[in-house]
Amino acid sequence: MMADTSSKKDRRGFLNDALRTTSVIALAGAGGFLAGRRSEGEPMVWQLDPDQCIGCGHCATYCVLDESAVKCVNCFDMCGFCDICTGYFEMNYLALDTAAENQLCPTGALVRKFIEEKSGQRFYEYTIDVPLCIGCGKCVIGCALMNGSLYMQVEHDRCVDCNECAIAVACPTQAFHRIPASQKEILKRRAEAVLGARGRRMMREAGDDAGMYREGAELLERALTQRRWRQQQRSASTASSEPEGTARDA
Amino acid sequence: MSPIARASDLIPVPDFTEYQVPISMPPAPDHPLWEWFNVSLLLVALIAASYIALVNRSRRAMFLLTVAALIWFGFLYEGCICAIGSIQNVVLAAFDSSYAIPVTVVLVFLLPLVFTLFFGRVFCAAVCPLGAIQEIVAVRTVRVPSWLDHALGLFPYIYLGLAVLYAATGTAFVICRYDPFVPIFRLSGDVNMLIFGGALLVMGVFVGRPYCRYLCPYGAILAVLSKVSKWHARIPPDECIKCRLCEDSCPYGAIELPSTPPSREDRPPERRRLAAMLALAPLLVIGAAGLGWLMTVPLARLDHNVRLAERIHAEDTGQVEGMTDASEAFRNTGQPKEELLAMVADIRSRVRWFAILLGAWTGLVVAVKLISLSVYRRCDEYRPDRARCVSCARCYWYCPGEQVRLGLIDDVSELVDLETLEAKPTS
Repeated sequence: MMADTSSKKDRRGFLNDALRTTSVIALAGAGGFLAGRRSEGEPMVWQLDPDQCIGCGHCATYCVLDESAVKCVNCFDMCGFCDICTGYFEMNYLALDTAAENQLCPTGALVRKFIEEKSGQRFYEYTIDVPLCIGCGKCVIGCALMNGSLYMQVEHDRCVDCNECAIAVACPTQAFHRIPASQKEILKRRAEAVLGARGRRMMREAGDDAGMYREGAELLERALTQRRWRQQQRSASTASSEPEGTARDA
Repeated sequence: MSPIARASDLIPVPDFTEYQVPISMPPAPDHPLWEWFNVSLLLVALIAASYIALVNRSRRAMFLLTVAALIWFGFLYEGCICAIGSIQNVVLAAFDSSYAIPVTVVLVFLLPLVFTLFFGRVFCAAVCPLGAIQEIVAVRTVRVPSWLDHALGLFPYIYLGLAVLYAATGTAFVICRYDPFVPIFRLSGDVNMLIFGGALLVMGVFVGRPYCRYLCPYGAILAVLSKVSKWHARIPPDECIKCRLCEDSCPYGAIELPSTPPSREDRPPERRRLAAMLALAPLLVIGAAGLGWLMTVPLARLDHNVRLAERIHAEDTGQVEGMTDASEAFRNTGQPKEELLAMVADIRSRVRWFAILLGAWTGLVVAVKLISLSVYRRCDEYRPDRARCVSCARCYWYCPGEQVRLGLIDDVSELVDLETLEAKPTS
């Protein structure tokens, strides 16, 4: 009887040891495999595609942060510097001034600054006071009536990188994507074009100015990164048999 | 309609005399070193929990570690990435080559598994913030009836299967979406999950660790690995004298009692039952796989495009009135409905295979449970059930042997009358 139990115990112990060793090897294998996958890319962060964004306002309300990590950005190279800015003023404004009742922005985060007057036209610069912006997208919808230079972006110095972004779940057009951390942003295709053109122009006109040449090259690279990402997205979505909603160009 | 506005559609940037048109730059992301700091803290906490559970055996130390983990990994770190959620990152990385998984996430996933293989579920004991918040409220626990405990205990495995299904198809990270405690740690979040989390905490006062025992998919993996762990917490420091003092000390019903072997006349029916369960197992697996196949359509509904297509169909056939943001945005893109429907068909066919596997997995889980319940397991002493025990260190104090080890008494006979113990049968 005694011998029986101890041999049973030995068998059990041996089985446990074997299973444990197998598990350790399996875990090591899985770790190695995943680490290999890692070398194919780099950490991913959440970002939204402004071409897909409809300014629904979910970014302001669904973010787990009290003050959303999504903020408005102005691409000045797409901006008309309009006096009557549809992103700045309420549809039925009383006067073209900075009074709160005339502003579209609920927090006064869009700052209007006079630049110059040329042949009877007054031009204003519109910048975002980032700490005030709540990412409601009201100005984005307004601006979309004209040039669409105002667009939303996840600010990665604020974003806590939830494993599943709560805004991405709620987003009605599924505009949120995981992108490589170094890419930081997703530009509108139009912005990609104008920034790329500006980069090329700067490089052309730089002459002896090495600093300007470098800045131009950086800008061009920024635009090219966007193009590469878009191409990757397109090939990925055609690989899964079907293009995404907005993936086709004219 | 092209989404790219043509240059002629735009109001041009004015030709300024002096003003330089600025360029907006995106802010830089957080430093990745931060993640490494947290991984090393996780490692330190795991080592500390193992030491306390197996060597130091102090409930007080374990409790302090639990509180520290709750404060740091819970309220300060605010939850992401956690080991429970990392299951999905690992699965997504395995199925989607365009998703790059950070090494830190791989480590967060693997470290607790490796520690469990050697020391038992010490991660659950005092490192996991979700476990910690429930551990602290578990003060008036009642014993869950055995049948209910076994039945509810199957859910984590099914939930694990679901989470793998949705992560593998790239549909959603359900573990994160339905995480009850992270909204509490962040003091903000989806109100339904806040209510769910609050309800679980209230329930946790009476039923110890309801999330860990009946939901946590990571706990399901740990429970399996813990069964073959090299070392594991033992209630008595040396010999068990079967004094029964520890019997009710476990709030999680994880103490196995000494068993009595089935009597000679009971054995044939027991054997027949085991044979029946073994015969039933393949039927269960196949039947459940079929059920999974039937569940394809509802399971695929978590996907955004599937819901969108169903909404558009309902709008077109007049079943619902008005448009949602999503359906309106889809109509504005001018994409033909047929393309969306083709995409949905594609998603469903992808989900179908996983649904069949999920069904088979569920059947397997039930079958294994039925078989394991039909097998007599010999147990000579009061010992923690390795799968269910989270090494919280509560039971040690109740053991007279432990009091001797601590030098509080000289001999166990000071606490228990050994002679009456001998006389009384233990069951």
